[in-house]
Amino acid sequence: MSIFVDENTKVVYQGLTGSTGRYYGLLNREYGTQVVAGTNPRKAGSDVDGIPIYATVAEAVEKTGATASCIFVPAPFVRDAVMEAAEGGIDFIVVITEGVPAHDEAWFYNKLKRDYPGVRLLGPNCPGLISPGKANIGITAGHIAKPGGPVGIVSRSGTLTYQALYELKQKDIGCTTCVGIGGDPVPGTSFIDCLEAFEADPDTRAVMMIGEIGGSAEEEAAAWIKANMTKPVVSYVAGVTAPPGKKMGHAGAIVSGGKGTAKAKMEALRDAGVRVGQNPTEAGELMAEVVAGLD
Amino acid sequence: MDLFEYQGKQFFAAYGMPVSPGEVAFTVEDAVAAAERLGPPVMVKAQVHTGGRGKAGGVKFAATVDDVRTHAENILGLDIRGHVVKRLWIEKASDIAEEYYASFTLDRSAKLHLGMLSAEGGVEIEAVAEENPDAIAKIWVDPVVGLTEEAAAAWVDAANLNPAARDGAVDIVRKLYQAYVEGDADLVEINPLILTPDNRVHVLDAKVTLDANAVFRHPDYEEYDATQSRDEREQAAHAKGLQYVGLDGTVGVIANGAGLAMSTVDVVNQVGGNAANFLDIGGGANAEVMAGALEVINNDPKVSSIFINIFGGITRGEVVANGIIEALSQVDIDSPIVIRLDGTNAEQGREMLAPHLSDRLMLEPTMLDAARRAVALAG
Repeated sequence: MSIFVDENTKVVYQGLTGSTGRYYGLLNREYGTQVVAGTNPRKAGSDVDGIPIYATVAEAVEKTGATASCIFVPAPFVRDAVMEAAEGGIDFIVVITEGVPAHDEAWFYNKLKRDYPGVRLLGPNCPGLISPGKANIGITAGHIAKPGGPVGIVSRSGTLTYQALYELKQKDIGCTTCVGIGGDPVPGTSFIDCLEAFEADPDTRAVMMIGEIGGSAEEEAAAWIKANMTKPVVSYVAGVTAPPGKKMGHAGAIVSGGKGTAKAKMEALRDAGVRVGQNPTEAGELMAEVVAGLD
Repeated sequence: MDLFEYQGKQFFAAYGMPVSPGEVAFTVEDAVAAAERLGPPVMVKAQVHTGGRGKAGGVKFAATVDDVRTHAENILGLDIRGHVVKRLWIEKASDIAEEYYASFTLDRSAKLHLGMLSAEGGVEIEAVAEENPDAIAKIWVDPVVGLTEEAAAAWVDAANLNPAARDGAVDIVRKLYQAYVEGDADLVEINPLILTPDNRVHVLDAKVTLDANAVFRHPDYEEYDATQSRDEREQAAHAKGLQYVGLDGTVGVIANGAGLAMSTVDVVNQVGGNAANFLDIGGGANAEVMAGALEVINNDPKVSSIFINIFGGITRGEVVANGIIEALSQVDIDSPIVIRLDGTNAEQGREMLAPHLSDRLMLEPTMLDAARRAVALAG
C-alpha cells in the first residue's frame, strides 16, 4: 500500500497551461499518474496534449471525478487556487509553487482547517509526493525511486529526498510513498501527519525522516515517535553548521534566538529511539541495516 | 528583509502608531544639523540590523547640540556585533515613566500568529522569557479571525500594564497587528513601548522584518532591499539572483537544492574542513547559472578549493556536465575544483567530464570522498 495517493487517484492540475505545470503534468502522466484535467478560465474547452482544460476546479471535479489537485500557479495566485480547489470538492491539495507569502500560508492553512477539515494540504514549496509505481504528483524524478516497500520517506528538503530515494534504490530497497512536506514556515502536512499514516500503513515497515534547521517540527515529531511509533525510524537533519540568523535557502530554514538548531533536533530524535545519520549516505546505510533486520 | 529602526518607525507611523519626530544622518554634520532642526534634547541612535546597540554604546542621550557632535563622532564607524555603523537616527528625546514590550510573529508550531506583551520592557525579551515567563502575556491569533477589539483588550489586561496605559496600549496593539498582517511582516516588535509622565503610550523603538516573498504586493519594499546588510560576496550573489550565504571557511560550495547545499556545508565540516559559503543554484544547473556561481566563489579571496555537489533529478547528468564544461570555458577559476555528480544519467555526465579532468578539475564518486578531496586541497 501507499499513503495519501495511489494508482486510482485522479488529479487536476491548476496551472497545467503554464510552462512548468505542463512540463511536470505530462511527466507525471507518463509515469502513470491519472492526470485527468487542467484548469484555466481563459483556456476552457482546449486541451494540453489531450488533457482537457476546464474553467474551474469545480467543473473539472464534476466532469472527471478528480479528488486531488496539484498547484503550479505563480505565488501571488496560490491563496485563491487553494481555496478554489477546496470549494470545488478536492480533498487532497498539493502546492508545488515556491515563494508564497507566509501570511497567505497561515491564512489558508487555518481557513481549510476551519471550513474544510477533511481536506489535506501538502506544501507549499514542496516537491510533492510519489508512491513509486503507482502515482507521482509533483516534481520528483520518478525513475530514481524503486516501487514496493518497505520504507516510507518524509522530508522537508527536495534534493535530499531525491538523494534518499536514489540511495535506497541503489541498495535495492523500495519505497511505499515518499512525501516532500516542503521547507516553508507553515507546511500544510507535517512530519507527524506522515508518520501517523506510515504507522498505519501495513506495507511501510520503516520510515526515513529528513529534517533541517528552523522551527521545532523535528522535535515535535520526535515526541510523537517516542509516544506512538512502533516502526523503526532513521533520520538525517541538515544544517549542523548553519550560522544563526541566516536563512539557508528555504524560508523556514533559519536558526533564530538559539532555537531550531540541527544539534537539538538530532538529540531529540535520538532520545526518541531514532537512528540518526551524520550525512545522507550514513542515513542510507543505517536504513539498509534496519531493512536487513526486518523479518 | 530587516528594516532599520527609522524605517520600522516610518512603517508603523503609516498605520497610525505614535512615533517621535527624527531625521536620518550619514555624517556628523548631518547629525548636528538634524539636532538643530529638531531642537535638543535628542537621542543619537546607531542604525544597524542587530540588537544590543545600547550596551555597545550605540544609543546616546544628547542634552545639547555639542553632545550630538561628540556622540555622532563616536558612534559612526562603531562596530556592533560585526555591523559597522554607517547611519544614525537623530530623534527628539522622550520622557519615560514606564517601559513595556509588544510584538507579533508567527508561531510555527501552533500555525497561528503569536502576540507577546509585557510590562517588563526595555530589556531583551529572551531574558524576560527565561527569568520571569509569567511577565509575558501571550495571545494566539487565528489569521482567519484576526485580532478583535475584545481580544486585544483582554490581552492588554492580562499584561498588567499601568491602568493609565490601557486604552493607548489597546489602540497600539491593534494597529501593530494590522501593520503585521497588511504589511506582510515576519516580525513586528516595539521594545520599549513607553508610557510618558503625561500618560501617553508611545513607540520608542521599532524592529521589523518583512517577508521578501510578499514584495509583489508591496512594490515600495524594494527600497528596503537596497539597505539590507550583505557582505560584498553576498551582494554580488544577490545581484545574480543566487541563494548565497557567506561563511568563514576556505572550501567554496556549490550545490543544487537548499537541503543538499546545507548538507554539503555540513559534510565539509565533518571531514575536518570549513565551507566558505552556502550556495544553492536551484534545479536547472545550466551553464549561465553555474558560471555566475563560480564567479562569485572565485572572487572570495579565502577560497582555496571548490566543491560542486550536484544531484540530478529531473535535470539529467549530461545536462549538468555540459553546464559545468561551458561555465568553465566562460570564467577563469583560481582554485582547484572537485565535482560529485550523482543521480539521473550521472554516468553519462561523468563520461562527458572525463576528457576535461586534471589536477585542477577532479571527479569523486561520493559526497564524502569529494568533501575529503576538497578539504585536502584547501590545505
